[in-house]
Amino acid sequence: MALLQISEPGQATAPHQHRLAAGIDLGTTNSLVASVRSGVAATLPDADGSHLLPSVVRYLENGTHLVGAEARAQAAQDPLNTIVSVKRFMGRGVADVKHLGGSLPYEFVAGGSGMPRIRTRAGERSPVQISADILSALKTRAEQTLGGELTGVVITVPAYFDDAQRQATKDAGTLAGLNVMRLLNEPTAAAVAYGLDRAAEGVIAVYDLGGGTFDISVLRLNRGVFEVMATAGDTALGGDDMDHLVADWIMQQAGVAEPGHALRRRLLQSACAAKEALTDAATVAISLELDDGSHWRGELSRERFDALVEPLIRKTLAPCRRVLRDAGIDPADVSEVVMVGGSTRVPKVRSLVGEFFQRPPLVDIDPDRVVAIGAAIQADILAGNKPEDEMLLLDVIPLSLGIETMGGLSEKIIARNTTIPVARAQEFTTFKDGQTAMALHVVQGERELVEDCRSLARFELRDIPPLTAGAARIRVTFQVDADGLLSVSAEEQTSGARAQIEVKPSYGLTDSEIETMLRASMENAQDDMQARRLREQKVEAARVLEALQAALQQDGEAFLDAGERQAIERAAEQLGRASEGEDHRAIRAAIEHLEAASRVYVERRMNANIQQAMTGHAVDDFK
Amino acid sequence: MAVTLTETAAQRVRNFLDKRGSGVGLRLGVRTSGCSGMAYVLEFVDAIEDTDEVFEAHGVKVVVDPKSLVYLDGTELDFTREGLNEGFKFNNPNVKDECGCGESFNV
Repeated sequence: MALLQISEPGQATAPHQHRLAAGIDLGTTNSLVASVRSGVAATLPDADGSHLLPSVVRYLENGTHLVGAEARAQAAQDPLNTIVSVKRFMGRGVADVKHLGGSLPYEFVAGGSGMPRIRTRAGERSPVQISADILSALKTRAEQTLGGELTGVVITVPAYFDDAQRQATKDAGTLAGLNVMRLLNEPTAAAVAYGLDRAAEGVIAVYDLGGGTFDISVLRLNRGVFEVMATAGDTALGGDDMDHLVADWIMQQAGVAEPGHALRRRLLQSACAAKEALTDAATVAISLELDDGSHWRGELSRERFDALVEPLIRKTLAPCRRVLRDAGIDPADVSEVVMVGGSTRVPKVRSLVGEFFQRPPLVDIDPDRVVAIGAAIQADILAGNKPEDEMLLLDVIPLSLGIETMGGLSEKIIARNTTIPVARAQEFTTFKDGQTAMALHVVQGERELVEDCRSLARFELRDIPPLTAGAARIRVTFQVDADGLLSVSAEEQTSGARAQIEVKPSYGLTDSEIETMLRASMENAQDDMQARRLREQKVEAARVLEALQAALQQDGEAFLDAGERQAIERAAEQLGRASEGEDHRAIRAAIEHLEAASRVYVERRMNANIQQAMTGHAVDDFK
Repeated sequence: MAVTLTETAAQRVRNFLDKRGSGVGLRLGVRTSGCSGMAYVLEFVDAIEDTDEVFEAHGVKVVVDPKSLVYLDGTELDFTREGLNEGFKFNNPNVKDECGCGESFNV
């Protein structure tokens, strides 16, 4: 029979309804897949017991492909058909890739939509397709381990990934046959793995030192929502550089001047092994076979090693300082420091980072696996395996989203800092009698006037039934999915006429642009309020005048004598003049004056309407 | 009437409870659904109900509601590994037939 896992109280699923979810850390060098089983999140090993899947794909002559360690082992003999570090090319254009791939042997060709492709013997493969091959291998592993099809996955991406890179990652997941429930920032995933999202608030630094790259991110947690405050890093700094330093030291000690290719590789292997051993040991013995067949034997102490790598580790502190400055905080403001990446096992890294942030970093979870574990926890919740109240909210809308209303005002439908996914609706109406179409202008920003906000999209709703101004009911719905994709729809409620559009609100906006927009809204708050009042009164004045003109044309003759009509027209003229001015109070006063002047007229019209409606009915009909 | 855990299963449950950080035991149950009548329920227990029967097996409290106990009497819960997949398995003497995957059953 099928094997079962323990569920949370009340969350046991019906047979064949298991909500199997996995978290995937799709890395530059290695990838991992993790899942929550019986309440415990852990990475899933393959049949040989290894958790890390090297992110390497080799396309073979027989039309199949290999993924992982086997492919990596063959990279040297078949470099053109063995793709490594494909993550670097995700979502990049041809020009970017030429620059990035300078040291790589691949043959890039421009694809259809400006997407670069790599020429392999399996044909031209895009970075998305190659990533999908890696994801497929992880999917197979997860499904074999969990004993069923995956309901959905969460894939992690670097915090600095832009929309194009995120979209490419999502596409790769879809291509691999995965339901990508959400993309999660890698530092956020690491913080989730440590359960830091359960605190009410705090500032978390995530220090990620991998084999070849360094990233530092500062997150702000507020009511369970993580916001990336700043990121920095060095794309060419990592544990491999430590190996080179140790190898250089061995060469010096062993009196090797210019090692050949094979010796260089043995040197690096010894160096890496020594580095790893020194995580726990105080000294390590090194034995190296030299080219003449003799053996060099030596000893490396932790102290010596620390001295060798210290300058390198100190190099990571410059981005740390920068990221704190960008976030506008001091090291003392940081409440937790999370360590990610295999190189953070080096004790000297831990001590220097602890010193810098003035607190011991969190190191209990395997730093290679912590990101995948956080993603698995998030996936488990999104798949619906946890009670509602433990639901995590992880992303927010950086700037309010709204719609342009009469007078060039921005009506905010979704306020900034609202967590996503979210859907909000509001009803609008027509301004003129018989209006059959409406232009909708979607804007982003905190300012009151549309001209000060950022325009996202425009579309039109047609086929509104011709009704009196204000009678049509047009429901405008804003929906932002978990990946920040906004769709806006408008529907006329009586006729069902519909129109809709999709936009990416964050597209092309950098953090600093968002900040500038926010600051402007605060600095101009007073002016904006005045401007809004003025515009509102102007719109109201126009509406009142419009309605009055229509009424006078229809039955002005019948209900008013010349004197009465003149008084009303005089008040209307005053209002017309006032609404051209800049004083909202004057406009308001003129509107009130006109309303007073036309009160008799309005009453007569109303009575006439009622009489007309009642003609031919007995009084009883209205009881 | 009783249900038991194998030593391996009990050890796993203790381990999962430890990592979870809360919970008083393991709930075994059945409910009607699925492709062939009954389905098993396997959950952590945060609160034991008055009507629940509680058994002790290798240091783990096994909680069963009285309605389920009728179907589970004599069941031994095991923890096994099949290829990459590992998990809990009900060895239930009351079962007459089950669906192909064994996730639901009839008594």
